[in-house]
Amino acid sequence: MRHTISLLVENEYGMLTRVAGLFSARGYQIDTLNVAPTLEEGVSRMTLTTHGNDHVIQQILQQSHKLIKVLEVTDMTAAPHVEREMVMLTVNAHVGEQRREVLSLVEIFRAKVVDVSNDAFILEMTGNAEKVNAFIELLKPIGILDIVRTGPVAMTRVAHIKAQKVKDDDEEFSELTLNEKV
Amino acid sequence: MKMRGARILLESLRCEGVKHVFGYPGGAVLHIYDELVKHAEELGITHYLVRHEQASLFGAAGYAQATGKTGVALVTSGPGGTNAVTGIANAFMDSLPLVVFTGQVPTHLIGNDAFQEADLTGITRSCTKHNYLVKHVEELAPTIKEAFHVASTGRPGPVLVDLPKDMTAQEIEFSYPETIEIRSYKPQIFGEPKAVRKAVKAMIQAERPVLYIGGGAHAAGAYEEVRQLAEKLNLPTTCTLMGLGAFPASHPLSLGMLGMHGGYWTNMAVNNCDLLISIGARFDDRVTGKISEFARGAKFIHVDIDASCIGKNVRCDYPVVGDAKTVAQQMLKELEEQLGGGARIAAKDAWHEQIAAWKKQHPFWWKEEGDVIKPQYVIHELHRITKGQAVVSADVGQHQMWTAQLYGFDAPKNWLNSGGLGAMGYGFPAAVGAAVARPDDLCVAVVGDGGFQMVLNELATVKQYNIPVKILLINNGFLGMVRQWQEQFYEHRYSHSNIEVQPDFVKLADSYGVTAFRATKMNEVTHTLEKGLNTPGPVLIEMKVAREENVFPIVPAGAALKDMILQ
Ligand SMILES: Cc1ncc(C[n+]2csc(CCOP(=O)(O)OP(=O)(O)O)c2C)c(N)n1
Repeated sequence: MRHTISLLVENEYGMLTRVAGLFSARGYQIDTLNVAPTLEEGVSRMTLTTHGNDHVIQQILQQSHKLIKVLEVTDMTAAPHVEREMVMLTVNAHVGEQRREVLSLVEIFRAKVVDVSNDAFILEMTGNAEKVNAFIELLKPIGILDIVRTGPVAMTRVAHIKAQKVKDDDEEFSELTLNEKV
Repeated sequence: MKMRGARILLESLRCEGVKHVFGYPGGAVLHIYDELVKHAEELGITHYLVRHEQASLFGAAGYAQATGKTGVALVTSGPGGTNAVTGIANAFMDSLPLVVFTGQVPTHLIGNDAFQEADLTGITRSCTKHNYLVKHVEELAPTIKEAFHVASTGRPGPVLVDLPKDMTAQEIEFSYPETIEIRSYKPQIFGEPKAVRKAVKAMIQAERPVLYIGGGAHAAGAYEEVRQLAEKLNLPTTCTLMGLGAFPASHPLSLGMLGMHGGYWTNMAVNNCDLLISIGARFDDRVTGKISEFARGAKFIHVDIDASCIGKNVRCDYPVVGDAKTVAQQMLKELEEQLGGGARIAAKDAWHEQIAAWKKQHPFWWKEEGDVIKPQYVIHELHRITKGQAVVSADVGQHQMWTAQLYGFDAPKNWLNSGGLGAMGYGFPAAVGAAVARPDDLCVAVVGDGGFQMVLNELATVKQYNIPVKILLINNGFLGMVRQWQEQFYEHRYSHSNIEVQPDFVKLADSYGVTAFRATKMNEVTHTLEKGLNTPGPVLIEMKVAREENVFPIVPAGAALKDMILQ
């Protein structure tokens, strides 16, 4: 199953290779990867997607947690969350029918035209992977000249974080859940 | 006081209480060596010049295994670092606390393919617990502090600090941080109380339990706690190769070693138990054999400081993340609460009888054949003569397994070997490290003729510093363990395992100025051993043993424990 994993890491020299190296050394696959700074100076967030059975995902979580400079590891998939990725596409948009068709898709998908020429647009769209895939499929017959995708970033839903906090305060030993999952 | 980086390194080592460094010089570490010759004595640091960088790592590892303290190695950039990699990987696999200092080309040359440049942090990323490249001299002392902290806490391991030459030349005010706080690194020491409670309940209820102790018990120093647990609950107790000595071999509850070359009774006990209580062990494939057949009827308790170890190889019913010693203490307390006043559970008689019967059925054995020296007998005699009290370091191969089976380690930290990586060449230099750390103890390196020839240049080291290691060379003229597999699993096709072309080891030792003795017949063994062990200083004792002796029992690779071959 596909999992989205979020890592908070010290933004130190070589951090990306430490995480990537762990995955390759242990035979796990990184499908997509995003790295960017957080509000806290020196701390970056990596969001990656991977796949595997429960055992593999457990190992991925724990092995990455073991890296000395990893602050936090979260399997976003385990809780309600929002995922978004961005895609940019250069598509055929010859003046006339084709251009109107592209624009109507842009509207339906709430995408944006960010660059225009006589016969092509650059489009920008964000959404979850499903929506991005659907957008791409619909544009294919029109002619995609180039494409870049970011892969997803993810955030836990606010309501869930609040609920979890209450639960943690209630529970005598909150780590137990982590241990028991092992 | 302002001082250059090289001096700061040495001052930092003093602050860490480091007394011994194993190393080898070169261009990138010349400033450090210059400071060593000027200040080592006043700082109370002794540097041992080895004859190959790998030996500096093995020496530091032996030092760590024999003391529990962090071993320190120092090598130069490029080839110095790459020569050290096997030693680093070994310490990583066996969770030994080491801090390794490597030279690096000056910061402005990094990435330029400069002379003797190698990306050592890159190369060692997957075989260190963590590594550092020092890019600003202000970071030097804090980095060293952090390196020692990371190496020795949690699940210990090797940490590498790469030192560009300009970092050892630049001057700065020296101050060593008293404490260190790494917000992303907080090993879990205490076991989660609910998890401990559940595990202890299962321990009390078990009818056929086995306690299974690994190297983690050494790392945590959990000896007393483990013994008490075993005694309070009357638990048959086995040790892994790395755990030997954590529980006394002569204890009535001891089952000896389990796994590929473990005892028949031990493996049968593990295979038929209803509860396997693992403390600081990792269910390595050499222990479990075929994983789907491993202790099928048992529930597993797994205590480990490394959460990623739990559930990695086998399912786990009662996981407890924490330090072996602390968790064992928690368990003892919990036991008292659940049982009241230290009650001892005697109700496992049938189980103990069954194990005793297995042991009687197939104990360790060897056959005497006239004059030919049997290697097992040599180890047996070594044990008898040293009363089981020596520090014994083994290399890798058949002799290692016979030593593990037959030496009977009663005291902790007396057994050194390369368990996880299985690196030939470990035994002799590791014994050097142990002998440096424990000058009052007899240190014996049991080595094969193959592995010894990978590191015999260290004869110069032991001679130079008069390090009293006794090298017990079990010479069968074969890469014995390889030959055994070829005999058993490749229809006797001895492909490139015959190494009978070899030096006259006695003359060789003699040429280094190292005293040497040789025995070629059974009736010379005892006498030669006694003479060798009683001769002061470094000594080589060569035993010309039966050429095609096999280690039994053996669980063929990938087979189930119950399918072990007995003879
Ligand atoms: C560096 C290294 N290379 C190869 C091996 C594979 N290997 C394992 S045991 C062994 C034979 C060891 O022979 P020897 O040192 O003579 O000891 P014996 O088995 O005869 O006691 C070999 C080659 C290894 N463990 N380490």
